[in-house]
Amino acid sequence: MTRVLGICAVVFFAASAAAGGEGAGPPKFRGAYRAPPDQMPAARPLDWPALDVAVLAGALALASYLALRRRSRRGLVALMLASLLYFGFWRGGCVCPIGAIQNVSRGLFDPGYIVPWAVVAFFALPLVTALLFGRTFCAAVCPLGAIQDVVVIKPVKVPPALAGALGLLPWVYLSAAILLAATGSAFIICRYDPFVSFFRLVPIGKWLAPSLPGGTGATAPTLAGRTDLLVLGASALVIGMFVGRAYCRFVCPYGALLGLLSRASRWRVSITPDECIQCRLCEDACPFGAIRAPTPERSAGPMGQGKTRLAWMLATWPILIAAGAAVGWGAGWGLAGMNAEVNLARRVWAERNRKVDGTTDASDAFRRTGRSYDDLYASANAVRDDFRLGGALLGGFCGLLIGGRLVRLSVRRRRVDYEADPAECLACGRCFAYCPREHQRRKRRAQPGGPI
Amino acid sequence: MGESENKMTRRDLLRVGARGAAAVALGSAAGVLLARNRDRAEGMVWQIDPDKCVACGNCATYCVLSPSAVKCAHTFGICQYCELCFAYFDPTAEAGKVGAEAQLCPADALNRKHVEGPYYEYTVREDACIGCAKCVKGCGTFGEGAMYLQVRHDRCLNCNDCAIAAACPSGAFVRIRIDKVSDWLKRKGRLS
Repeated sequence: MTRVLGICAVVFFAASAAAGGEGAGPPKFRGAYRAPPDQMPAARPLDWPALDVAVLAGALALASYLALRRRSRRGLVALMLASLLYFGFWRGGCVCPIGAIQNVSRGLFDPGYIVPWAVVAFFALPLVTALLFGRTFCAAVCPLGAIQDVVVIKPVKVPPALAGALGLLPWVYLSAAILLAATGSAFIICRYDPFVSFFRLVPIGKWLAPSLPGGTGATAPTLAGRTDLLVLGASALVIGMFVGRAYCRFVCPYGALLGLLSRASRWRVSITPDECIQCRLCEDACPFGAIRAPTPERSAGPMGQGKTRLAWMLATWPILIAAGAAVGWGAGWGLAGMNAEVNLARRVWAERNRKVDGTTDASDAFRRTGRSYDDLYASANAVRDDFRLGGALLGGFCGLLIGGRLVRLSVRRRRVDYEADPAECLACGRCFAYCPREHQRRKRRAQPGGPI
Repeated sequence: MGESENKMTRRDLLRVGARGAAAVALGSAAGVLLARNRDRAEGMVWQIDPDKCVACGNCATYCVLSPSAVKCAHTFGICQYCELCFAYFDPTAEAGKVGAEAQLCPADALNRKHVEGPYYEYTVREDACIGCAKCVKGCGTFGEGAMYLQVRHDRCLNCNDCAIAAACPSGAFVRIRIDKVSDWLKRKGRLS
């Protein structure tokens, strides 16, 4: 009942303050007492970034060889599972090239932010590989791709128009991620990574070799991240059973970059090992809808219609860019709310203008610092302006892409063979076995003295 | 037909140009980043600024690890060795009670040992600490702030997007260069 301890404390504290003053440190002991050493956190255990980069480079080279030269789906599956084990369950899904987009963006805009060489390598190596061989990273190296690839059970065909529209989402996501990372606000790709919780749920590092560096080892989480992320991941996997690699195709921002670069790739996967005989057997082979049929000999519409449409599309292009920039400008204003400084300034402004009642921990902490309101508002406004400018630029870029897609739809490009779409093909090698020419090649290879 | 061959060449040329442009863009981005990190720092780690920490308790609940990678650290050079330590005793507890019912720490992670006279030594049992910051709040309110939260780097997964940092109300959870960690381990500006 008696709550005198508090009063005692005040008295005691006053006495000790009078005796020693603030910051006096420990009392003078008469006895032989010696304070033990301060309790310090242990150092960070050794990481082996060079090993990660070496494994990545080796896996990329092997994936490219297996997809383009060896044409072995079985080999790609084996490599994919190995990557899932190493980059997924052993390393806990981190470090990964998808997340590295954000570190690179932040590092380019904030000189004080250090990007380790290994993260730069993780960002660049798959992109360089895409420039040379197409998206072989997606085929057999990416753990996020692998965990989706193993659950593809009954893929449905997404209507091309819908797939094309959904295919723009990764660019929007990429733009938002770059904007938030460059302004130092948040790394949303990692925050909403649907699969990292699964990787942490099965900490093979803890079970196999807790003392080895690199693995999640002794520090493996006992609770695998947040439950909302587990639900998100489970939904992504369930959707992935019926929409092949839904995350890769319609969400993954790194996939957008890889697709863009692999349009310009030097070599890439082809369905047939030598020539297409138009047998149509591969037509429905791709669970990701990346196989393009030959164009019909003659266009359906009357002559000149295509040209008129193209002219319209070209005229619309600048309008789309301007519209994208305007939307980006507005979206930047909204996204700025994810920045702590802007958020704090909005809250403090609302408190001062009596728009809200009470204070938050954040606004209390701000007032304790003694920083002036004008200083806070000025810095928050600067961040908000960055958001608007960046949002406008990235929005304009998205408009450019949408326009480019529309123009591409209107340009008749002759295609005589069944081909894999250069941007959407994940180089998984599923279509190889559908091609009769491939079977002949394998027969030839199986003969003694045959070509490899 | 010559025309179709021309077309192919043009598209090939475009592809070569695009490839070159992409390679140059990638190379210069990588070059800028590597040049900025000339002393080869191994990157950034999460750290708590004890002077900004408001001991709200988010560190215990938002971390993807359970128990959290954040735990209490204790600096003997700041500690006053109070007999009535409000990092140890619940200020609302009945006077005179010194048993478990009067203890503040929900994980029983604080040890209390008599030194001499009115002085007691307090130590954090690191393996039991859950990082709830109740002791930090008590010590900061009534005492000198010898107890403060620290990121245990041997536990921290160094998530690219730290859930605690996103939830921190006072901006105390920040990323610093890994080679500057030692500057932050002890309470800033309080101790040699």
